[in-house]
Amino acid sequence: MTTARAAAIVLTKELRMEFRARELLSTTVVFALVIVVLFSFAFDPTAGESRRYGPGLLWIAFLFAGSLMLNPSFAREQANQTLDALRMAPVSPFAILLGKMLANFIFMAVSEAILVPVFAVLYNISIGGIVGRLALVLALGTVGLVVAGTVFSAIAAHARMRELLLPLLLLPILAPLLIAAVEATASLFAEQPALDRAWLAFLAGFDIVFLTASWLLCDFLLEE
Amino acid sequence: MSSLSTPAPSRSGTTSASAIPSASLGISFDGVEKRFGSLLALRGVSLEILPGEFVALLGPNGAGKTTLLRIAALLVTPTKGSIAFRGLSRVLDGPTRRQTEIVYGDPKPSIGMVAHNTLLYDELTAAENLWFFAQLYDLDDISRRVARALESCGLASRAGSIVRTFSRGMRQRLAIARALLHDPRLLLLDEPAAGLDRQGLAWLGETLARLRDSGTTVVMSTHARNESLDLATRAVSLAGGRIESDSGSGGDPRPLLAALRSEA
Amino acid sequence: MKGRSAITAAVAALIFFAGYAALFIAPDESTMHEIQRVFYFHLASWMAMFTALSLAFVANVAWLVTRKPHWDWLGVSCVEVGVVSCTAGLITGVLWGRPAWGIWWTWDARLTTAFILWILYICYLLLRGLIEEPQRRASLSAIFGVFAFLDAPLVYASNRLWRTQHPAPVIFGGENSGLDPTMGKVLVVCIVAVMAMMVLVLIDRYRLERMRHDLDELRLSVDARGVASNTVLTKGLP
Repeated sequence: MTTARAAAIVLTKELRMEFRARELLSTTVVFALVIVVLFSFAFDPTAGESRRYGPGLLWIAFLFAGSLMLNPSFAREQANQTLDALRMAPVSPFAILLGKMLANFIFMAVSEAILVPVFAVLYNISIGGIVGRLALVLALGTVGLVVAGTVFSAIAAHARMRELLLPLLLLPILAPLLIAAVEATASLFAEQPALDRAWLAFLAGFDIVFLTASWLLCDFLLEE
Repeated sequence: MSSLSTPAPSRSGTTSASAIPSASLGISFDGVEKRFGSLLALRGVSLEILPGEFVALLGPNGAGKTTLLRIAALLVTPTKGSIAFRGLSRVLDGPTRRQTEIVYGDPKPSIGMVAHNTLLYDELTAAENLWFFAQLYDLDDISRRVARALESCGLASRAGSIVRTFSRGMRQRLAIARALLHDPRLLLLDEPAAGLDRQGLAWLGETLARLRDSGTTVVMSTHARNESLDLATRAVSLAGGRIESDSGSGGDPRPLLAALRSEA
Repeated sequence: MKGRSAITAAVAALIFFAGYAALFIAPDESTMHEIQRVFYFHLASWMAMFTALSLAFVANVAWLVTRKPHWDWLGVSCVEVGVVSCTAGLITGVLWGRPAWGIWWTWDARLTTAFILWILYICYLLLRGLIEEPQRRASLSAIFGVFAFLDAPLVYASNRLWRTQHPAPVIFGGENSGLDPTMGKVLVVCIVAVMAMMVLVLIDRYRLERMRHDLDELRLSVDARGVASNTVLTKGLP
């Protein structure tokens, strides 16, 4: 079986489980919303200030909410040791990892699709003309978040205090991603929106490095 | 150690997933040792299980039975020593298995395991669980297989209920059905009778008898008596991570089994 | 143990000499005067950190590939030494920065990378503390170590790219430009002294890890023979 097909099977399973329980998505969206609202007490959303602080706020909300959402990725497989069942099956470890990464990407994408309009309203930022380009920046940034987050979820699943450990491990590693995503978003929120090629390339580069590293290390990640 | 049949060795990974349908699968352990930090779970276990044998793995808790089964299921890599699957030529040599792997066919599609945990997703229905694993094992005619499996373990009426609503006995039955879904040639069972009611035990006994007759190799661990032990063709008992006694491939397992009976 | 004491004494003497050199032999720096003398140890700390963490990366990869325990011991030892060196570098940097340029901190590329690395490798040590089983602890921390090391150039690059768009007054430039020859010599002495101390600490830490491992082995063999621990331990050790 090809890795892609096996990953698709795992992806479908993850989506089905979330659709059944519906807890991940709702808590992620609400948590990110809370961060966005709390930040609004930090400054007055005038046009200038929103443009300045908005991108940073948006991405911090996504990173924090994301790092909580990514935990169950592997933690859930510990309940009945279903990870053992996955490892026994004739699929490559990378397929398992990839399937979960894709599922997490979809969850984050849905959360972002809900949050960005809310954010735009709360902070008086017009996103009409930049939706497509913003989606591109969001996508690239989310890939990095999800790749690193899924791998670290697998690491944290074997440690104590995993709910606290995952954000602790993840957020420093994502510092360059944060800078790049914020800058790219800021240049889109500017008076003259522009797609900053340099930062986009950086994001793509970050994603490639982490995806490659995950692929190379996935066997070691899941073995015992 | 017995020689491996060596057709065309290929240095590949693990994804040539064609099961060997008619061949039976035997497994041999050569000097297998496993340590977890300062705990030595298995110390130099050497054991050859011939294809088609029904081995009762006996011993008290903590003797290393679970670790041995997990190594056979390819879930755990031994710290020292190697295991080999007979019927398929593949040597897994300790932790650096990647370097010495000679893969003729992937043993994974031919191995099934019933573990301490159910290995089931509580949030999915019985049918969904079986479907998922059937897909992972790349089986054909999945709907028929799943239906047949649910029929067989008596859960057909609860196919659409999520596993969280099941009783312990029902979950165990589903777990066993899951392990058998892909017609494994080597079945590993870790205390499968735990949690089963009388009906479930009867079903387990029938199923194991059927498997034994079809030539499937079965290794079943237990620390207390259960009726299925009557099917065993061999008894191996572990203590403190070592093999204490072995009735042997052609021998009579009943004396060892009888000793067990008197403990419980 | 005599040879070891001699080496320790020699390194200690070297450190004292380096300190003396930094304080009294090095000439006075024209703009910053006395506080500039921290620079010698500051740079030496960075070099020690860089060496230690690079070696840690090598050890992590080597562990994953070979599974030999001594790579794990080397890995954790290097990370600990690296974190300490980084702490020293950050502290000396702050001590130097405030009087010299009036600011405690700035987010330029080098400082940001150092700070993130410091956090990441502290996380590495925290992670190790939270996983009990040694094999898994070694594997998972090695994987994290690889990611952390790969992240470093990304942090640096992102910061540089950011600085091209948000330029700030360059303050740390020119540390090495036009270095007075005597200063250069003092710098070399300090670097050698700090590196020597680092190597010594590294060796000790490695030995500690190896002893822990040997102790586990000893416990295992005691259990195996079922002999009372007291008797074996008093007989076995030198």
